[in-house]
Amino acid sequence: MTPSTWRITRRLLRQDWRSGELYLLGAALILTVAAITAVGFFTDRIETGMIRQGGELIAADLAVDGSSPAPADYLEEATRRGLVRARTQEFPSVVMGREGPQLVQVKAAEAPYPLRGRLRVHDGFSAEERTVEQGPPPGQVWVEARLLRLLGAQIGEEVGLGESRLRIGAILSYEPDRGGNVFQLAPRVLLNAADLPATGLVGPASRVKHRLLLAGDIGAVDAYSTWLKSRLPVNLTLVDGRTARPEFESALNRASRFLHLATLVTLLVAGSAIALASRRLVERQIDAVAIMRCLGAPRHLLMRVFVLRLALFGLGASLVGCLFGWLGQLGLVATLADWFGANLPPASWRPALVGVATGMIALLGFAVPPLLQLTQVSPLRALRRDLGTPRASATVAVLGAVAALALLILWQARDPDLAWKLLGGVALTVGTLVVSVLALVRLARGLAGRTRGVWRLGLAALTRRPTFAVLQIAGFGLGILALLLLAVVRVDLLKTWQAGLPPGTPNHFLINIQPQEVEPLRAFLRAQGIAQPDLFPMIRGRLVRINDRLVKPSDYQNPRAEGLAAREFNLSFADRPQTDNRITAGQWWPAGTTEPAFSVEKGLAETLNIKLGDRLTFFVSGHEVTAPVTSLREVRWDSFNVNFFVVSPPALLGAESATYITSIHLPHEREAMIPELVRRFPSVTLLNVDALLKQVRAVVDRGVLAVEYVFLFTLAAGVLVMFAGIQASLAERRTEHGILRTLGAGRRALLGSLAVEFTATGLLAGLLASIFAELTGWLLAERLFGLQFGFNPGLWLTGVLGSGLLIGLAGTLATYPLLIRPPLQTLRQAG
Amino acid sequence: MTVNPVAVVASAQGLGKHVTGPSGTLTILEGLDLQVQAGEAVAILGASGSGKSTLLGLLAGLDSASCGEVWLCGQQLRGLNEDGRAELRAGRVGFVFQSFQLLPTLTALENVLLPLELTGNEDAASRADEALERVGLTPRAGHYPRQLSGGEQQRVAIARAYAPRPAVLFADEPTGNLDEATGEHIIDLLLDLRAESGAALVLVTHDARLAERCDRRLRMHDGALEAMA
Repeated sequence: MTPSTWRITRRLLRQDWRSGELYLLGAALILTVAAITAVGFFTDRIETGMIRQGGELIAADLAVDGSSPAPADYLEEATRRGLVRARTQEFPSVVMGREGPQLVQVKAAEAPYPLRGRLRVHDGFSAEERTVEQGPPPGQVWVEARLLRLLGAQIGEEVGLGESRLRIGAILSYEPDRGGNVFQLAPRVLLNAADLPATGLVGPASRVKHRLLLAGDIGAVDAYSTWLKSRLPVNLTLVDGRTARPEFESALNRASRFLHLATLVTLLVAGSAIALASRRLVERQIDAVAIMRCLGAPRHLLMRVFVLRLALFGLGASLVGCLFGWLGQLGLVATLADWFGANLPPASWRPALVGVATGMIALLGFAVPPLLQLTQVSPLRALRRDLGTPRASATVAVLGAVAALALLILWQARDPDLAWKLLGGVALTVGTLVVSVLALVRLARGLAGRTRGVWRLGLAALTRRPTFAVLQIAGFGLGILALLLLAVVRVDLLKTWQAGLPPGTPNHFLINIQPQEVEPLRAFLRAQGIAQPDLFPMIRGRLVRINDRLVKPSDYQNPRAEGLAAREFNLSFADRPQTDNRITAGQWWPAGTTEPAFSVEKGLAETLNIKLGDRLTFFVSGHEVTAPVTSLREVRWDSFNVNFFVVSPPALLGAESATYITSIHLPHEREAMIPELVRRFPSVTLLNVDALLKQVRAVVDRGVLAVEYVFLFTLAAGVLVMFAGIQASLAERRTEHGILRTLGAGRRALLGSLAVEFTATGLLAGLLASIFAELTGWLLAERLFGLQFGFNPGLWLTGVLGSGLLIGLAGTLATYPLLIRPPLQTLRQAG
Repeated sequence: MTVNPVAVVASAQGLGKHVTGPSGTLTILEGLDLQVQAGEAVAILGASGSGKSTLLGLLAGLDSASCGEVWLCGQQLRGLNEDGRAELRAGRVGFVFQSFQLLPTLTALENVLLPLELTGNEDAASRADEALERVGLTPRAGHYPRQLSGGEQQRVAIARAYAPRPAVLFADEPTGNLDEATGEHIIDLLLDLRAESGAALVLVTHDARLAERCDRRLRMHDGALEAMA
């Protein structure tokens, strides 16, 4: 680069800024980067925070599970990286009480277990629950309340565990990491790991589940996780907050998807504003380029100057955008401080880098193609203004914009499925928008011929330049679409999401209900005023063959698949799918069918590589049951309804011996009926998932708030697109109004024609935006988020009328100054 | 025909320009010959639409001829692309337009600096100051075009044209947008600077008084040039 290129660039840039030429482009760019970085910083912190919340479900940030203790170098590496660690061991055993032996699930925990979350205990049946920092001291066990009832024991009594005798120190009411084992039937006994050797229960061949818990600085945990993943043998599993429980994972994924979607919509809308603003900038540069060409500036020098000027400007605007993004997330974090407390980790610098890169890609993709137009400017234009503006190659402009958009969406979405759907949606929307606008403009042209006065003038103005009308209506349409999507996603979709966990969501599971207890239990619950629940049969069965292939755990590399292949499944039968299930492949069977069939949960099918049409053989109650897979289902695990991995028609499994399971919502004030339930139905196990439900609900609420906030950026981008559209229209109509006024057109008539033109534009844009908003909302809800979406007539009313009014008013007001200025001044300015 | 690169700064031989429009091909210039000597002032007069500005554009290499040859500063324009012609103009050719054509976002001084910087001139700043001083606008150096009168804007344009010390200056109706008194002043300035710099001046004008003060006057008629008394 020559010093003169640098000097000219700097001078032009400074003057551009002073003259306000770049304000609109700057605003669009700052907004894009601010949205990306605010979401980046914010999700960086929130996702980490959420994973930590999720971490409470495993009582750590990270855990390593295995059937043998974690190797010593894992521990050393953790210490080296400054991580806190604790080990736990779990195994089934028996405690000896006054009334005989009782099967229990023992957990021996090292201090400082738990590393995340808190244990909660009672000091007696009627005592208040209290939170404790660490597990029991040596010599004590903490046990679940039902074990005390089963043993007929009191707090303070000693029980036998293996060769030791340990004192019952407290009733254990909550373990943060119990969630993962919610369906364990045996009551829990928690003891200090220091007491374990003396019990003599654990030997080299014992069936013990070892878990290494780790926690610490997020960066160190991530680094450790990366270090570990590369050397993890198949018999060890890495568990983090996300994978701890499907309910939690499901809610986190949905929150993350909403946030990224919101960012992408902002990117899209702000990208349109950048494209519109660039077009205007280029138009205003044409004369300057012609003069410089006259003065001997070669094309490559001008391109260098313009690209450098744009790049410097883009860098500056992106940095300002980063600053706004940073401030934006600070404000939000402050609002949410109550929820996250001091736990929210600081953001990394990565979102700023991503923000600047995004800004530059958006600017280069959207603005460089229109800039290429400038290379076509003839120096002769300096002599002859009538030469007009060279037209940029539409193909280059579209390709540039599409390439930038595709790159950004694929990069930012972090979810190829979401990215491709969005890209497809954008392509379809833009295509349909152009065709629809052209059709509507033709219609308006027909109408203009039949009207008079301001109507004729206004409608004619709209139809005179079809390309500009398409651009303007598409721009307005996008802006309105952003606003309507805000309504659809923010209000409808988020409410639908929250409604997935309404106040009456089940918070207790009743399991192990014997067939003969089904009716008495129903009657009991009815008498207690509990809503009539569905009871589902549950049959234990091990998957032995997929088609003719034997299922062996060792065949699977994936630890989850290995685990699934090794264990018994809970199968069920039903005539219709659960309300929160969605069939993703194949068909559910007709009620009363006698044909053998299985419906398999999608995630399980993917893990075990089961395809539609495969024949599955389960070993159930001593014999084999075989049937083809006729459907795959997506299950909302965060609904807290009873769900099964594999379901068959009643004709196939109905005759097998089954126990029953149900989930109920038990309000706090009705918990007094629990002792009576336990007494009347001794074999039934009641599991309280209230705490887990509260955690998932908190994630949902936080997610909703975060998404609402992010959509504020989309809203601003929408407003900016509309402003850019009006600005572009101002430049187009300046000469026209000057001439019309010189010819004697009255101010009132021109104002009327403006109002008609802008209102018609607004109505058309609003109509198209409403159609697309409704379609997008439906697609997002049904296809992406697996939620039920309701048609919203209010949206159409607001979309069409609101848009007509808003754009009509804004456009007329923005153009009005052209009418009050003397016509000569307007003409001079138009040049 | 041979062209002495020193004595002749611009010349045309058999120059023609045709444009194709909806009503067929329109001939603007046909078989036109012209030579402009170094330091010479040539005025081209003619009715509106006679092709004066088209000729100016072709001589300066702003446009391509349909037929014939053009030489500028000793170099044949045929075979040079748009960029080659721009490089040829840089520093050697100056322009003064009827509508001034200053960049509105640059100050008077920065406008004068522009051609000097485009050619990578080492002492651009001092030359620009000098040129502005010569047209009497040093006190207005920091003003933007919109803050200057028409006459002042044209003086800045003249300073911009002469600052790189060109071999030839093309002026398209330089007094067309100015009142009589201001026009007079601009004519004086143009011709004085021409004399001082030794640059040739090719002037397209309707202004008979301006044409009178040039070395040679040519009238454009039916796409051809004829000498005037």
